[in-house]
Amino acid sequence: ISGVFWSFLNGRCVIFLAYLNIVCLCSASQMQTVTLIPGDGIGPEISVAVMKIFEAAKAPIQWEERNVTAIKGPGGKWMIPPDAKESMDKNKIGLKGPLKTPIAAGHPSMNLLLRKTFDLYANVRPCVSIEGYKTPYTDVNLVTIRENTEGEYSGIEHVIVDGVVQSIKLITEQASQRIAEYAFEYARNNQRASVTAVHKANIMRMSDGLFLRKCREAAEKHRDVKFTEMYLDTVCLNMVQDPTQFDVLVMPNLYGDILSDLCAGLIGGLGVTPSGNIGANGVAIFESVHGTAPDIAGKDMANPTALLLSAVMMLRHMGLHGHAKKIEAACFDTIRDEKVRTQDLGGNSKCSEFTDAICQRVRDMD
Amino acid sequence: KIKMCSFVRPFLLSVILTSMFSLLRSDPLLPPSTQQVHRDSLVCASQPPPAQYGGRHTVTLIPGDGIGPELANHVRELFRFCCVPVDFEVVNVDSTMASEDDINNAIMAIRRNGVALKGNLETNHNLPPSYKSRNNLLRTTLDLYANVMHCQSLPGVRTRHRNIDIMIIRENTEGEYSSLEHENVPGVVECLKIITRTKSLRIADYAFRTAREKGRTRVTAVHKANIMKLGDGLFLECCKEVASGYPEITFDSMIVDNTTMQLVSRPQQFDVMVMPNLYGNVVSNVCAGLVGGPGLVPGANYGEDYAVFETGTRNTGKSIANTNTANPTAMLLASCLLLDHLKLHAYANMIRRAILSTVTETRLHTADLGGQGSTSEVVQSIMKVKNFTVTF
Repeated sequence: ISGVFWSFLNGRCVIFLAYLNIVCLCSASQMQTVTLIPGDGIGPEISVAVMKIFEAAKAPIQWEERNVTAIKGPGGKWMIPPDAKESMDKNKIGLKGPLKTPIAAGHPSMNLLLRKTFDLYANVRPCVSIEGYKTPYTDVNLVTIRENTEGEYSGIEHVIVDGVVQSIKLITEQASQRIAEYAFEYARNNQRASVTAVHKANIMRMSDGLFLRKCREAAEKHRDVKFTEMYLDTVCLNMVQDPTQFDVLVMPNLYGDILSDLCAGLIGGLGVTPSGNIGANGVAIFESVHGTAPDIAGKDMANPTALLLSAVMMLRHMGLHGHAKKIEAACFDTIRDEKVRTQDLGGNSKCSEFTDAICQRVRDMD
Repeated sequence: KIKMCSFVRPFLLSVILTSMFSLLRSDPLLPPSTQQVHRDSLVCASQPPPAQYGGRHTVTLIPGDGIGPELANHVRELFRFCCVPVDFEVVNVDSTMASEDDINNAIMAIRRNGVALKGNLETNHNLPPSYKSRNNLLRTTLDLYANVMHCQSLPGVRTRHRNIDIMIIRENTEGEYSSLEHENVPGVVECLKIITRTKSLRIADYAFRTAREKGRTRVTAVHKANIMKLGDGLFLECCKEVASGYPEITFDSMIVDNTTMQLVSRPQQFDVMVMPNLYGNVVSNVCAGLVGGPGLVPGANYGEDYAVFETGTRNTGKSIANTNTANPTAMLLASCLLLDHLKLHAYANMIRRAILSTVTETRLHTADLGGQGSTSEVVQSIMKVKNFTVTF
């Protein structure tokens, strides 16, 4: 009888322990840690706003704040602080505010340093018209995916003779393949219908030709997504006349820089545009692309929309679609309402008032 | 014998005097840059050849591909109707041929006549790099260093932005379009972007001179010198140098991505813009889109000795070729620019007035402007415009 009783107890224990394990696992996968880099200028205020809104939405995110001011490492090379790098490598997901570009600090721009450290090869910018913030363009709904490591921004320049400068545009097979594959994966994961490669292969036959070839190869592997190719000038021409004809655009560095800013201009500027950088090894850093706005820093006048929409993009990347949808809807509803809007959107409310309005809406949605 | 001698001496004297005079005009002992300025002050860049053969000009016409041939025919039809003293020497260029004979013939014809009207030649980008873009070859061989496009809002055309008046001056021969590429190892391709001081100074000087001639007050240089510090840095430096010689014109600069953002939100802030080749491609297409599309804006390519006129956005229009739906406005306005270049201003103004009244008043729009008119209807309507007479 004692044997049966002991095995019964053991069984219960096992079941209880198993139950505990499952509970622990569930809560561990629910609460995710994200590295937060507040940045400079208005960075800290808008980061606080985003954290407040996430708390109100009960999003399972734990924030780990880090500073990325460059320090000189052993050997004299500039690098980001080791604790920031460690945190990013551990958490894999990061949210970044605007960083100050140093002019005479001796080290390169922080964005460049981050890009190199984590091999952030794809810059993704979804441009969706914001209802309530009127621009001459309505119904914009496209995504620009830009190769972020090479191309015209390789930084390789030399003065051949006095008065003749040569700047090298580098296109490699590996980088082009990587970005093309990512573009099609993104299209598939986000239910986008088509991918358009933007190029100038009529003039730059070998370089853009290589890029185009890799895009075509990736298209073969993803036959469920429609693939088209278009010249850069045709894209520019059609974009300002009818942006609704475009879906996902993939392109090398320079064209991507110009086109992504063009699309940001269509929806209202950098103050309302989200952006994400995807790196190797599953690292992804989402950021607001506007400047630090030192003139309004600390005055509670900043608009947290760009950072908030980037954070929403981050939630989608992590698979938390429910929370993403809730927060995004609350944000758009608040802007559409026109009662509480920050100065850059045409209103005269404070940043904290705008944030509180969104928090209230999020809570009401539950 | 003695009678002949009396003729010969003054004849020889006149020959010697004329040759001395012509030698003095271009003094080879002057350094090249001063010689250039000296030449420029005597003769403005791209002086048209004088009309020969009874006051009629001969102009090279390259129909091109796609909608090019039908638009070229409409130009000829309109010129014949208006009795314009221009004869066209048609040179067909087959862009599918691998040999460059056709384009070389065209270049020779342009050298002969000095002026050309051109449709776009298609470049199949799936062909190997040995097949160069015919359009680019023409521009670089003839050294047509300035591409000028004037984008203006037209009253009868509905667009999202109003009151746009931007003049875009784009360097046309170097920069990213140098076609210098090589594959170092399989899978690694380098493409060279060349920026030189001489060409940057030349285009900046052209931009400021044009701004002064047309009474413009502001020139904006478009660049990406924060990233391409040496290349675009040199371009910007040259622009600043030239700007110091034109104190009445305000000079500022803008980074290309910010420029495109500003263009789609507030294009009215721009006046004259000068930039290297690739940014010029982007900005000119954005501006053409803002004022109503590729069917409305003409473009001109000017060099020291030659001038070639075409549509501003250089489209082949393959998909609408031979459907009688293309908008002839751009090509016809380009032919007006051609007439202005030949100093036939009366004809140019007459035709331009007729075209603009058709586009703005009678509302006979083609498909690209949202209407249902055909190309031939538009051309017929232009010819039927009232008071269509030449006033000298």
